[in-house]
Amino acid sequence: MDPDPIYLDNSATTPLAGEVIASMEPYFSDEYGNASSLHRFGRRAHAAIEEARASLAETIGVEPSEIVFTSGATEADNLAIKGLAFAHPEKRHIVTSRIEHHAVLHACRWLEERGYEVTYLDVDRAGRVEPEAVKEAIRDDTLLVSIMAGNNEIGTIEPIGEIGEICKERGVPFHTDAGQAYGKVDIPAGSVDLLSVSAHKLNGPKGVGFLYVRKGIRLSPLLSGGGHERGLRSGTENVPGIVGLAAAARLAFSERETVVPRLRGFRERLIEGVMRIPGVRLNGDRKESLPHIVNFSFAGIEGESLVMRLDERGIAASTGSACSSPNLEPSHVLVAIRVPLSMAHGSLRISTGRQTTEEEVDRFLEVIPSVVEELRAISPFKVEG
Amino acid sequence: MMYTEKVIEHFRNPRNMGKLEGYSAVGKVGNIVCGDVMWLYIKVEEDAEGREVISDISWETFGCTAAIATSSMVSELAKGKTLPEAIAITNQDVASELGGLPPVKMHCSALAADALNEAIYEYLKGHGREIPPVLKRRHERLEAEMKKLEERYRAFLEEAGS
Repeated sequence: MDPDPIYLDNSATTPLAGEVIASMEPYFSDEYGNASSLHRFGRRAHAAIEEARASLAETIGVEPSEIVFTSGATEADNLAIKGLAFAHPEKRHIVTSRIEHHAVLHACRWLEERGYEVTYLDVDRAGRVEPEAVKEAIRDDTLLVSIMAGNNEIGTIEPIGEIGEICKERGVPFHTDAGQAYGKVDIPAGSVDLLSVSAHKLNGPKGVGFLYVRKGIRLSPLLSGGGHERGLRSGTENVPGIVGLAAAARLAFSERETVVPRLRGFRERLIEGVMRIPGVRLNGDRKESLPHIVNFSFAGIEGESLVMRLDERGIAASTGSACSSPNLEPSHVLVAIRVPLSMAHGSLRISTGRQTTEEEVDRFLEVIPSVVEELRAISPFKVEG
Repeated sequence: MMYTEKVIEHFRNPRNMGKLEGYSAVGKVGNIVCGDVMWLYIKVEEDAEGREVISDISWETFGCTAAIATSSMVSELAKGKTLPEAIAITNQDVASELGGLPPVKMHCSALAADALNEAIYEYLKGHGREIPPVLKRRHERLEAEMKKLEERYRAFLEEAGS
C-alpha cells in the first residue's frame, strides 16, 4: 500500500479533529464525575454537559432545553419516530421517502409490522422529494413526516424548508435526519420539529449525537431508567462524548465559510475529472448537493472490486454495490433514483472532509482512470472509449 | 467482511484473464442485474495419449473481489485437466483452494464452477457429443435459475430502461 493513504470516505465517518480530542481529554481522566451526583465532581460534569447543550442549541438557533443527547443519529431517529408513535397511539400513518437512511426506513418498517401505514414517497432522478407529494400524502391520522436533510449516498439536498412549512400548515410533526447536512449546509430549524445529528460525521467521536425536540412535541422514551435528559433518554451521560460533540460542532460552524467552499470546489473538480472517463454517470444532483459527497457509476465494472482496487492504491472510498451489502441488494437510494441496475452495481461514493487536500483529490483523479481501465479489461462488458 | 490473503492475491494478480484467441467453447453464467457475470473460455486439444484436455483457458468477469478471485482460481484448477477431471471440479474445490470465502460470497465460487461446467457443456454440444448426465443436470438447473432471476428482475429492468 502507498505510504500515505488517502481517506475519501468521510460520509462513513470522519477523523477526530485535534481540538475535539483536546476538549475531551479531561473527561477521560480528572473529570470523571457522574453528572447526576451532588458533589463537586458531579457538578463539574453537569456543567460541562449543559455548556455543550447550550452551544449546540446555538448552532441551529433553538433553546438548550430542546436538545436531547443520544448515542448517535440512529438512536435519535428511533427516538423521534418510535417515541412519537408511542406518545400518540391514535396516529397510525407515517410519511417518509424511499431514500432515507436505514435508521429511519427500518424504524418505519418496524412500526409497519405492528400495524402502522407508511407512505414511502418516490423521488425524482436527482433524488429530490417533491414537497407537493408530501402535501398529498398527509392524512388526518398522519403521525409524522420524516425526510432527510441531505442524502448520505448521493448528496442530494432535500427541500426541508418547504416540506416543513407544509407540515406546519397541516399540524403534522416534521422530523429530519441531518446526519450528513448538519454543519455543512443551512438547516432551517424553524421549519423542523425533530432533527437528528451525529458527532462522528463531524470530526467528532463515535457513539454520541443529539435529537432536537421542539418544545411542545411529546415523545415517549425508548429507554427506561433514571430519567436523564428530561426523562427522554435514561442512562448516565457520555460526558466526554457530549463535550467532544459540542467541540466538533463549534469547529464545524466556525470554519464553515472556508471549508464548505473548498469542499464544493473539490466536488466540481472530481466531477469534471471523473466524467472524462467514458461510460460514467453522476448519481444525484450536480448543484443541489451537500458539498462533500459525490457519487458516480462506472459501466462494465462492479463497485466492490473498484473499492478494493482503490484501497490497494491507498485510496479509501465506498460503494452502493450489491456485492458490498450484507443482503446482496444494490443500494435502495440508487434504485430509487432509477439508476439502471447494471450501473447501480458499479457505483462509487467519494466523500471529502475538512482534512482533504487538493493534492489528494488530484491523486485520486490520477489513479481512477487506470483502475477503471484495469477492471474493464477483465470484464465481459466493453465500454467504447 | 474479511477476505483471505489468497483471495486478495488472486484479485490483485488474476491468472488467465481476458478473452482467449481461438477458443473451442465459452461458458456464460450470471446476470448483470445481480452483479456477477462470468464468461469462461476453454481451448480443448488432444494430448499425447489422445485424451481431450483443456490446453488453455481464460475468463472475463464483471463482479466483486470474490468473483474475480474465483474466476482466476477456477482457471488455474482446470488448466491442463482432462474433461472428466475438469467436470469433477466443484465450487467447494474453488473456495477451499482460496482458503475459504466469506459465507455471503460462496455463490461466487458456485458461479466459477458453473462457468467451467457450461464451457464444457457448450464444447460437447458443439461437437455433437454425448453429454454426461451430471453436466446436463447442472446445465438445466442453471437455465431454470436464470429464468427465475429474469422474472424477479423484470420490473426492475423495465423501470430502469433508460
